Amino acid sequence: MPTVAKGDAMRGLAVFISDIRNCKSKEAEQKRINKELANIRSKFKGDKTLDGYSKKKYVCKLLFIFLLGHDIDFGHMEAVNLLSSNKYTEKQIGYLFISVLVNTESELIRLIIQAIKNDLFTRNPVHICLALQCIANIGSKEMAEALAPEIPKLIVSGETLDAVKQSACLCLLRLFRTSPETVPSGEWTQRVGHLLNDQHLGVVTSATSLIHTLAQKTPEDFRQCVQLAISRLSRIVTSSYTDLQDYTYYFVPAPWLSVKLLRLLQVYPPPEDPAMRGRLNECLETILNKAQEPPKSKKVQHSNAKNAVLFEAINLIIHHDTEPTLLVRACNQLGQFLQHRETNLRYLALESMCLLASSEFSHEAVKKHMDTVITALKTERDVSVRQRAVDLLYGMCDKSNAEEIVAEMLSYLETADYSIREEMVLKVAILAEKYPVDYTWYVDTILNLIRIAGDYVSDEVWYRVIQIVINRDDVQGYAAKVVFEALQAPACHENMVKVGGYILGEFGNLIAGDQRSSPMVQFQLLHSKYHLCSAPTRGLLLSTYIKFINLFPEIKGQLQDVLRNNNNLQNADAELQQRAIEYLQLSTVASQDVLATVLEEMPPFPERESSILAKLKKKKPNVSDIEVKEGKKSSNPPTLNNSAANTPEATPASAPVPVMAAAPAPAPVQSASDDLLGLSAGPAAAVPVTNNFAAPAAPAGGGGLLVDVFDTPPAQNNVSTALAPQAEDNFFKFAIKNNGVLFENELLQIGVKAEYKGNLGRLGLFYGNKTSYPFQFFTPTVSCPGELASALNVQTKPLDVNTVEGGAQVQQIINVECIADFLDAPILSIKFSYSGSMQQINLMLPVMLNKFFEPVEMDATTFFNRWKQLNSPGQEEQKIFKATYPINQDNSRTKLLGFGFGLLDGVDPNPDNFVGAGIIKAQSSQVGCLLRLEPNMQAQMYRLTLRTSSNSVTTRLADLLLKLF
Amino acid sequence: MLKFILLVNKQGQTRLAQYYEHPEHERVSIERDIIRKCLAREDSQCSFLEYKNFKLVYRRYASLYFIVGVDHTENELAILELIHNIVETYDKYFDKVCELDIMFNLDKAYMILEEMVMNGRIVEMNQNRILLPIRVMDQAAQ
Repeated sequence: MPTVAKGDAMRGLAVFISDIRNCKSKEAEQKRINKELANIRSKFKGDKTLDGYSKKKYVCKLLFIFLLGHDIDFGHMEAVNLLSSNKYTEKQIGYLFISVLVNTESELIRLIIQAIKNDLFTRNPVHICLALQCIANIGSKEMAEALAPEIPKLIVSGETLDAVKQSACLCLLRLFRTSPETVPSGEWTQRVGHLLNDQHLGVVTSATSLIHTLAQKTPEDFRQCVQLAISRLSRIVTSSYTDLQDYTYYFVPAPWLSVKLLRLLQVYPPPEDPAMRGRLNECLETILNKAQEPPKSKKVQHSNAKNAVLFEAINLIIHHDTEPTLLVRACNQLGQFLQHRETNLRYLALESMCLLASSEFSHEAVKKHMDTVITALKTERDVSVRQRAVDLLYGMCDKSNAEEIVAEMLSYLETADYSIREEMVLKVAILAEKYPVDYTWYVDTILNLIRIAGDYVSDEVWYRVIQIVINRDDVQGYAAKVVFEALQAPACHENMVKVGGYILGEFGNLIAGDQRSSPMVQFQLLHSKYHLCSAPTRGLLLSTYIKFINLFPEIKGQLQDVLRNNNNLQNADAELQQRAIEYLQLSTVASQDVLATVLEEMPPFPERESSILAKLKKKKPNVSDIEVKEGKKSSNPPTLNNSAANTPEATPASAPVPVMAAAPAPAPVQSASDDLLGLSAGPAAAVPVTNNFAAPAAPAGGGGLLVDVFDTPPAQNNVSTALAPQAEDNFFKFAIKNNGVLFENELLQIGVKAEYKGNLGRLGLFYGNKTSYPFQFFTPTVSCPGELASALNVQTKPLDVNTVEGGAQVQQIINVECIADFLDAPILSIKFSYSGSMQQINLMLPVMLNKFFEPVEMDATTFFNRWKQLNSPGQEEQKIFKATYPINQDNSRTKLLGFGFGLLDGVDPNPDNFVGAGIIKAQSSQVGCLLRLEPNMQAQMYRLTLRTSSNSVTTRLADLLLKLF
Repeated sequence: MLKFILLVNKQGQTRLAQYYEHPEHERVSIERDIIRKCLAREDSQCSFLEYKNFKLVYRRYASLYFIVGVDHTENELAILELIHNIVETYDKYFDKVCELDIMFNLDKAYMILEEMVMNGRIVEMNQNRILLPIRVMDQAAQ
C-alpha cells in the first residue's frame, strides 16, 4: 500500500511510522522508540547545525512518540528555534510542537513569548494567526501579561483580516480565562459587541464565544448584545438554507452559530422591551415549527444539526421560564423524542425534560409522559439512558404520582445497574419522605429499600426512618409490627437488623400483647441475628436489650444472661465490653423507677432538612457544613444527621434526655440548659400525660395543669397520646399565618382560624374527631400561666356539648385582648375520654405578640430619623445567626409580611436587605418597631437588627423572628 | 467548551490528541481510561457519557473513534456534528481520509483542527475557508 505523505513528504518519518506499526509486541515498539529517541537526541546534540527540514522531521517524530503515550523531555529548544524560521512549514511545526507539548510552567516560555511577539507584529496574517493560535493553546499567565494588551486592537481594527479576527477573539478569551485582570477594559468592549453584526459568520461565531464569556462576568457591559444577538438569530432562522450557502450544513443554516447565540441569550433574563421579546419568541416558535416539518434530508447529520438548535432553544425557553405556551410546546416536542428510534435523542429528551419538570408551567405537561418514561426505565438497553429516566421520574414526582413512581423505582432497583443503585436508593428514600401517601406506606417503602438493596442503603437512610417513626406516634405500632415481620426472613440485611433493633427497643411494647410477638419472641428473634452482625450493630442490639429490661421486666433474667455472657463481658471490642458491663450494672443496681427514667422513650427529633437530601446534595459542601454547625447550636434532642455521638446507636448509653426536658420552653432559640431552666417558668408545648411503662420522673413541669388530669376518674392512660411532636413546629408556623392545623394525631385534629384587629383577636378552634367512636367528657380549657394572666385577657366560650361524636367536628370561639407585651403563649389543654381511657393533650395556643402588629409605611427620611431616635440601650437587639431555611428573597419577603411588618423598599441601598416598620398595639401602650434584615448568601447567615421603644418588645420580637429564618 | 479532542483507532492507540485544558495529571492513564470506556460501548448505546466532572461525546468512523470531552454547558448534538465536520474536512483534504493519512500527515491533521477549533471553541466551520491557509502552504512548498 502506498503510504505517501501529502505535500512535502518526509521519508524518514514515514519509515519510522511504518516500523512502529510493524512491531509485533509492546516490547519491540518500546525498543524501536528508544532507538529513535537516542538517534534524535544525538542529532540535536551533534556539532552539525541541522537544517530546518531535518528539525521539522525530528519534531514530527517526537510528536508521534508523544501521542503513543511517552513522555518527551527534550526537543523543546529545537522547536522554539523553528519559530523564528522564515519558512512557513517549519514555523508551523514549531508552533505545533509547542502547542501540544509545552505546558504553562515551561522555562522556555520567555523565548516563546518573544517569538510570538515577533510574529504578532509582522504584517503577514498567516504568521499572526499562528502566533494567536499558540497563545490560545498555551495561554499562560506570563503570556497574558506580556501580550494581552495587543489583542483587543486586532479584534476591533478595521484593517484586520477576518481570519485574524477570529483567532484574536478566541485568543483573548483564553487570556481572559487565565488572568482576567490583564485584559484591558476600554472602548473595545463596546465595539466587540458589534461584531455580532459582522458579515462574516466565522467572525460572528468566534465573537459570540468571546462575548458569552465576558458577559457572564459583567453582564451589564454587554447588555446591548442581547438585541444584536436576537436580530442575528432571527435573520438566521428565518433564512432559507440557500441564503447562507457557505454556512449551511446539511440544509440547516449556521447551526453552530445559532446554538452559540441561544447560549449567549441564556446569560440574560427575558428582554423587557416588548418588540425585542416578540421577535425572540418568534424565533423560538420558528425553531419549534421547523421540528415538525418533514426533514429535508434523510441523513443523520441533518437531523442532528436541526435538533442541536432545537435543544438549545428549549434550554433558553426553560431558562426564561416565563412563556407557558412555549414551555408546553417544548414539552410536547420532547415527548415525541422520547419514543424516537435514535438513542441520542431519547437521552437528550429525558435530560431536557428533567429541567422542564421543575417549571411550574410545564410540570403538569411533563407528568403526562410518565408511562413512557417508566417504559424507558424498563426497556432501554443503555444504562446512561436509564439513568436519565430515573432522574426524570424523580423530577416529575409529586403528591399525585408518588406512589406509582416509587413503586416503579423500587421494582427497577431489583435489577438496576450497580453503578446507579446508591443514588437510586437515596432518591426513593427522599421521594417516600417528601410525598408520603401515609406513614405506614413510608415505613413499608424504606423497609423494602433495605430488603432489595440493603448494601446500598447508607446510614442516612436508616437514621431517617427511625427519626420519622420516633416523631410520628401514629406509625410506631405499625413500624414495630412490620420490622418484626421483616426480621423473620431467614437472611435479612444487617441494616434491617439495625432498624429492627432500634424500633423494637423503643416500641416493641406496642406489639408485645400478641402472643406471636411476645417479649420473649422479640428478644429471641433479634438475638438470633446477633452473632452474624458487625460490632456497631451488636452495640446497638445491646442497647435494645437494656431497653427491653425496662419495657419487659418479665424477661429480665434472660436479657441479663446475655449481658453477662463472657463473649460480651470480655469482648475484645472495648465499646461492646463497656456496654455489656454498664448495662448489666444498670439493670442490677437501679430501681425500676430509675431505670424507667434513664430509658425513657426517645424524645422527638427536631425537624430539619432531611439528611438524605443533604447527602444527595453533598456536591455543594457548604450546605452540609451549615447543617453540622446548626445541629451543635441547638442540640437539645440528639439529631441523627450530625456527629457520630448523636447517631441512634450511640444515644442509649448516655441517658436520653427525658421527654420533659426536650419539650421546648416557650422562649425560642435557647440552649439546651436554658430549656431545662425554662421548665420551672412555663409549661411545655406538648406534655405527655403519662406512660404505661415508665412512671414519669417529674411530671410537675406543667405545674398545676397536669394535676387536673387525675380529677376525672382515670382509666388506663394510653401511650399513644404521649407525644405531639409536631406541636412546637406547628405553633411557630402560626407566627406568619392565621389559619391552619394546630395539632393532629390519629384521634384528633385541631384547626385554627383567627382574626386580629388592633389589640383584639378572635380565634375559632375546630376539634375534629377522626375516629368512629365518640369522645366523652371533651373539655378544652385555656389558661394563662404566670405573668401572662396580666398581659393577655383570654375569654373562652365553653362548648355546648361535652361529647364529640365519631367523625364530627365542634367549634369553640376564643376572644383575646392584648393588654401589654407578652412572651409565653396561653396553654390549651384538652381532656377527653376515648374508649374508656383518658386522654390529655397540652398545646400552646397560637397567640403571639406579633399578632397585634400593624404594618406602617414611611419614607426613607422618616425611617432613618426614627431609627436614630431609638438608640438608648436595650432598644436595639442585634442577632447574627445561621439560616435554618435556604435563603430566598421571596420567601423572606412573605415571612416578614406575614409577621406583620410593612416592608419599605428602596430604603436600604442593598436590594437584598429588608427594611420594615410596624406598631404593636397593646391596650396599655403602642410600641413602634423598626427592622433591618441582612441576608448573607455566601455564609448562609443573617444579621437581624430590631429597634423598638420597649426593651421587652425588642427581645421578644427578635426571638420570634429568629425562629422563622 | 471543549476540553480535548482525541482521535483513536480500534486498538485504542491515540493518533491525535489536542487538549484545550491541561489535564491535571496523568494524561496517559486518563486517556487510556476514556478510550477504554468509549471502545467498550455498543452501537445501540447513545453517543454521550458522563465521565468524572465532564461529558464525553464520541463518534465512530470505521476503525477510527473521535472522542471529545466537553463541559456540561456544551450542546451534545452540536459537538457530534462538529466531529462530523472535522471528518468531512479531513476527507476533503486527504481525499477519503484513513488512519494512515492522519499518521503520516500529523502536522496537517493538527493544522486543520487548529483552524476549526481553538481554545476549546469553534473558529470556523466552512470547509473551504478552513483549508485555505493549508492549501496556500502546500503551494508554497511545491
